[in-house]
Amino acid sequence: MSLTNEHIKSRLVEKFGDAITNMEEPYGMLSFTAPKDLNLKVLQFLYDEQDLQFRFMTDLTGVHFPDQQGAELGVVYHLHNMRENVRIRFKVFTAVATPQVFTATRLFEAANWMERETFDFYGIDFVGHPNLKRILNVDEMDYFPMRKEFPLEDQTRIDKDDEMFGRGEIAK
Amino acid sequence: MSEQQHINLPEGSIEKQTTTLNLGPTHPATHGVFQNIMELDGERVVSTVPTVGYIHRAFEKIAERRPYYQITPLTDRLNYCSSPINNIGWHLTVEKLLGIETPKRVDYLRVIIMELARIADHLICNSVIGVDSGAFTGFLYVMQYRELIYEIYEEVCGSRLTTNIGRIGGFERNFTPVAFQKIEKFLKEYPAVLKEFENLFNRNRIFMERTIGVGAITGERALNYGFTGPNLRATGVDYDVRISQPYSSYQDFDFSIPVGSTGDTYDRFLVRNGEMWQSLGIIRQAMDKLKTLPEDIFHADVPAYYLPDKEDVYNKMEALIYHFKIVMGETEILPGEVYHAVEGGNGELGYYLISDGGRAPYRLHFRRPCFIYYQAYPELVKGAMLSDAIICMSSLNLIAGELDA
Amino acid sequence: MVEAPEGYGGEGFFATSLNNIIGLARKNSIWPLPFATSCCGIEFMATMGAHYDLARFGAERMGFTPRQCDVLLVMGTISKKMGPVLRQVYLQMAEPRWVIAVGACASSGGIFDTYSVLQGIDQVIPVDVYVPGCPPRPEAILDGFMKVQDLVGQESLRRRHSDKYKELMNSYGIQ
Repeated sequence: MSLTNEHIKSRLVEKFGDAITNMEEPYGMLSFTAPKDLNLKVLQFLYDEQDLQFRFMTDLTGVHFPDQQGAELGVVYHLHNMRENVRIRFKVFTAVATPQVFTATRLFEAANWMERETFDFYGIDFVGHPNLKRILNVDEMDYFPMRKEFPLEDQTRIDKDDEMFGRGEIAK
Repeated sequence: MSEQQHINLPEGSIEKQTTTLNLGPTHPATHGVFQNIMELDGERVVSTVPTVGYIHRAFEKIAERRPYYQITPLTDRLNYCSSPINNIGWHLTVEKLLGIETPKRVDYLRVIIMELARIADHLICNSVIGVDSGAFTGFLYVMQYRELIYEIYEEVCGSRLTTNIGRIGGFERNFTPVAFQKIEKFLKEYPAVLKEFENLFNRNRIFMERTIGVGAITGERALNYGFTGPNLRATGVDYDVRISQPYSSYQDFDFSIPVGSTGDTYDRFLVRNGEMWQSLGIIRQAMDKLKTLPEDIFHADVPAYYLPDKEDVYNKMEALIYHFKIVMGETEILPGEVYHAVEGGNGELGYYLISDGGRAPYRLHFRRPCFIYYQAYPELVKGAMLSDAIICMSSLNLIAGELDA
Repeated sequence: MVEAPEGYGGEGFFATSLNNIIGLARKNSIWPLPFATSCCGIEFMATMGAHYDLARFGAERMGFTPRQCDVLLVMGTISKKMGPVLRQVYLQMAEPRWVIAVGACASSGGIFDTYSVLQGIDQVIPVDVYVPGCPPRPEAILDGFMKVQDLVGQESLRRRHSDKYKELMNSYGIQ
């Protein structure tokens, strides 16, 4: 275990300077945020550098914070350096009005469907994705169900129609 | 991208040399609900476009509306072939968030249950590879022994398939002596069956011809595609979460990781078989270790998160308060962000949890291994025969419930 | 062996109504079409395995083609994406046909009261027997299967031509 979080931090700061923000280590996993224009550069840097080698994309997902003005939607990458057995978490945020983020599919094949899923759930538009369309939901769906403002429950159901079931006055 | 290599010629065109075949979503060989639109040249697969989402159930959205302890039943229904691993993985995630230390005995009991689940999972997958290659016998043999595992689950938690096993902090009740007897019985009887199963398949000429070289992938490509679990190990990469990030005291056990070399269907089959032997060894060690530990510990001492005994609820004030708070979802959960992974039946099952201190998670994302590696399917079957595509799919151990979330 | 239906018998002959005989024959050779999507499908595997052995009830042959099957066993969650497929499968089955909704999801949507899940398959196709459970135990699936056997055995030969049946089909938009 020669690769430490301190080393990754210093390398990132050395390369990107102030662009890297919110550096934290919750539960031992290094976590940081970068501007969304830099996401590919950061991923490429982490992938290429001999002493970093984050070449396994564990996970890619979206998250929605309606209260963060101008940075409502987030994309969270989990990367893994299998050789050194170190994981990191990397986030980019974007405004809900301009949900464009560059795709990571050129770097990781694994990102393909995970980005489609994130698009399906949150409407994050991955620029350059080879086949960005809904994956889990029906194509006709006209909203992005995981965004916080949309209800969970099936609104067509008529037998459970009070607010206890998410369909009453409150839901409307 | 292989998804765009469809040859789009007008219907009935003379130049069109390939046949379009729609396989699924209800085709029996697709094990659940996968649709593949294949372009075939004779019997060779030119390209395939998988469609998923036929049982999308919105787990992640439901999880944002449920208190923590009510999420366990959801995790059951992810990979329902090995639901205890999902349950315990979720408990471990919450315990990591809350900083709960579990006693060794709880860890070992969990290891036993998780390894039984792993055996049940691999057993279904491997016997189904047999069914798809025309050997129904193996399936009937081992299904009988999966019932033994289900009986153990039943003895421990009262349920067979969707177990909802354990609680945050441990188990809901102690293992009965009957449960241990049943585990011992399984440990005694299963090796002979597994041996027989291997004898039926491993050096079976027909089976080997059907599987060797089918759906092969290199380690490098597999990593790029995000493979984990037995499918990755079949390519020769010895990555196992149980070793690389031990959870639930896996570091106390002595076991090895079976790896393959070519990453084809045959290697995947062998790796799973090898893992079943390792799992049996782990359960044996855990049973021996348990003998040295006090017998009455089955949960961590965390009254704020672990439901108290029903008798105490009626007789003790604090127990009643805790019971009320837990059931109403009023327990204090720390805000935080945690990723925890366990080695599921088919790969690294990750839980990415964001808590804002509320009664339900702010965001819970499941890293579902088969969703990620199923992307590689068009590449795996490109150029293969249609029948090989079928057997390749069953060897990937795709679980629709997990894949579609 | 099955019991003979009510009738009048003597040496070398037995007389009963055609209804009874056809019912007897049908109920003991029901070919199931397993439409397994999720967890309940795994329990169905156990049901048809050696331990519980569904074949005892005349369901030896699993048919995977709708054209040749009599009873559609819907096991598991049916999402809105899957709904039209299920309906298509039902339409492809030949009359007389029966449907069992196995498990809570197929019966009512179960715990998945969500935007993507069909709240019970009876929204798209008529159902004869509902088997509760999440998932139901193999015994429960067998029980549901026996219930369908009873229905099949007692069904009047004219039922499928009756106005009431046509009305039922029309209410699902099936001609």
